[in-house]
Amino acid sequence: MTTTAPAAADVRKDSPGAAAHEPRRRPGRIRRIGLPYLLLLPALILELLVHLVPMVIGIVMSFKELTQFYIRDWGTAPWSNLRNYQVSVDFDAPVGEALLHSFLVTIAFTVLSVGLCWLIGTTAAVYMQDTFRGRGLLRALFLVPYALPVYAAVITWVFMFQHDNGLVNHVLHDQLHLTDKPSFWLIGDNSFYALLTVSVWKGWPFAFLIVMAGLQNIPGELYEAAALDGAGRWQQIRRITLPSLRPVNQVLVLVLFLWTFNDFNTPYVLFGKTAPAAADLISVHIYQASFVTWNFGTGSAMSVLLLLFLLVVTGVYLVLTSRGRRTSDV
Amino acid sequence: MAPPRSFLWSRRIFLTLLTGFVLLPVYVMVSSSLKPLADVTGKFRWLPSGLTLRPYIDIWSTVPLARYFVNSLIVAGVATVASVVIAVFSAYAVSRYEFRGKRVFTVTVLSTQMFPGILFLLPLFLIYVNIGNATGIALFGSRGGLILTYLTFSLPFSIWMLIGYFDSVPRDLDEAALVDGCGPLGALFRVVVPAAVPGIVAVAVYAFMTAWGEVLFASVMTNDTTRTLAVGLQGYSTLNDVYWNQIMAASLVVSVPVVAGFLLLQRYLVAGLTAGAVK
Repeated sequence: MTTTAPAAADVRKDSPGAAAHEPRRRPGRIRRIGLPYLLLLPALILELLVHLVPMVIGIVMSFKELTQFYIRDWGTAPWSNLRNYQVSVDFDAPVGEALLHSFLVTIAFTVLSVGLCWLIGTTAAVYMQDTFRGRGLLRALFLVPYALPVYAAVITWVFMFQHDNGLVNHVLHDQLHLTDKPSFWLIGDNSFYALLTVSVWKGWPFAFLIVMAGLQNIPGELYEAAALDGAGRWQQIRRITLPSLRPVNQVLVLVLFLWTFNDFNTPYVLFGKTAPAAADLISVHIYQASFVTWNFGTGSAMSVLLLLFLLVVTGVYLVLTSRGRRTSDV
Repeated sequence: MAPPRSFLWSRRIFLTLLTGFVLLPVYVMVSSSLKPLADVTGKFRWLPSGLTLRPYIDIWSTVPLARYFVNSLIVAGVATVASVVIAVFSAYAVSRYEFRGKRVFTVTVLSTQMFPGILFLLPLFLIYVNIGNATGIALFGSRGGLILTYLTFSLPFSIWMLIGYFDSVPRDLDEAALVDGCGPLGALFRVVVPAAVPGIVAVAVYAFMTAWGEVLFASVMTNDTTRTLAVGLQGYSTLNDVYWNQIMAASLVVSVPVVAGFLLLQRYLVAGLTAGAVK
């Protein structure tokens, strides 16, 4: 500081023209160029430390023979080359077969859950676009499943799905006599529908929230003009509301897909460490492969495969939707 | 123009069914929390045979619920504040400055959103253990490690939403502040942040809920003293009996603060989403 300050003062004294601004402007410009990076630094460091570095380590681990014996000092575990991947995708052997099954279950579950969440959320938001008595109260009620902590909400569903003392069997068997005997909901094939119910119950308010926000961006004049042209309510919804929601829906569906596909909390609280085969979502499956059967190498390989799948799906989706946007602009 | 009758009727039916679906578990939670143990171990009953507040007294001694509560509050609170501050800085940089690597940054941060948590659970666990061994900073098993992890979970969505929100604040406003002699940070805190309060509140609510509800990392990375509610609530099942009335009472107790806060702030949330995420 003390050495440069006099030098700058000298320059200013020597040449009092355009050059005089140089030393004064430069620190300002440097700060302006550096500032964005400085502002991003905390986010960048954290993302690196908690997401990217672990991801790279996870990829390295997937090429190692990583069992509980090496976990203290995982760097010394022997290389397994592609064996973990071969085991994961060998669909004729038990490990690969179970992974494929879990993957297919997850796809079916995600498609159904996202579809239902979107449908219920959009319908509710469109119905609640007009003001009517009790709308504010209803809106608050509808957000309750979203606001409830996952474990508190899902544990209540666990209670409702109990075989002997649950509400679901009481209503279906004792009161409506729809089943011959009380069903099991948290084991066996029914577990898929139990999981789907909880997931939709928990997830649709997010779609509702986003679509509700999206509806507020549609100018009222559009509806007035349509009404003048003689369009009825249903026609307005089909011709104005739904097309206007398209960009919102594109983001919403992608986010819902990623969250549902990666969801661990719901199945874990519902079923515990080992899910029934019919509801064996991929996150819990990998958790089980890693932390219950102690095969961290295979677990890492499965995680990497899952990530690759999500990258491809997201990429394809983004390309498709951005092309749609371009043609709709024309 | 009045909506047609078909629209009104379909609306009534749909909204009634949906209200029932939404409220069913809430009813079960509230009513079961007031039942004696015999009512929740036998056949389900819609109405309790007798009302009791016993579960609300017992929940504090069956498991150390108060300690879990404090742990959750500290972890979620600190993670929320840190995540909001960091997201505000990042979103401001992206929204207001042109710089090299801007696209790379946004794409990288957003794509971390799609990583399955399970992918970095084990590596992160090992990193925390290694950092602990090398420096003596206890990340594994401490609240600090969990805070660090959680604040990055909400970060991508928060940054993304705030970029949209800051973009909707007219540039002229903070440029005027710069002309008036504010530094860039002065313009951020005096002009942009006050104008973006709904977006910031929305992001804070989201960050808090993410941290308050997380189960996976909480179950692997905590020990007896740092356990959060997410894991602690599982302690009401003994080998002989599951204290469903206590579980429901405890679930209600841990839910009320979050739900109440959320409902109070939901107006901000819709406003924040309108300007932020949806554009």
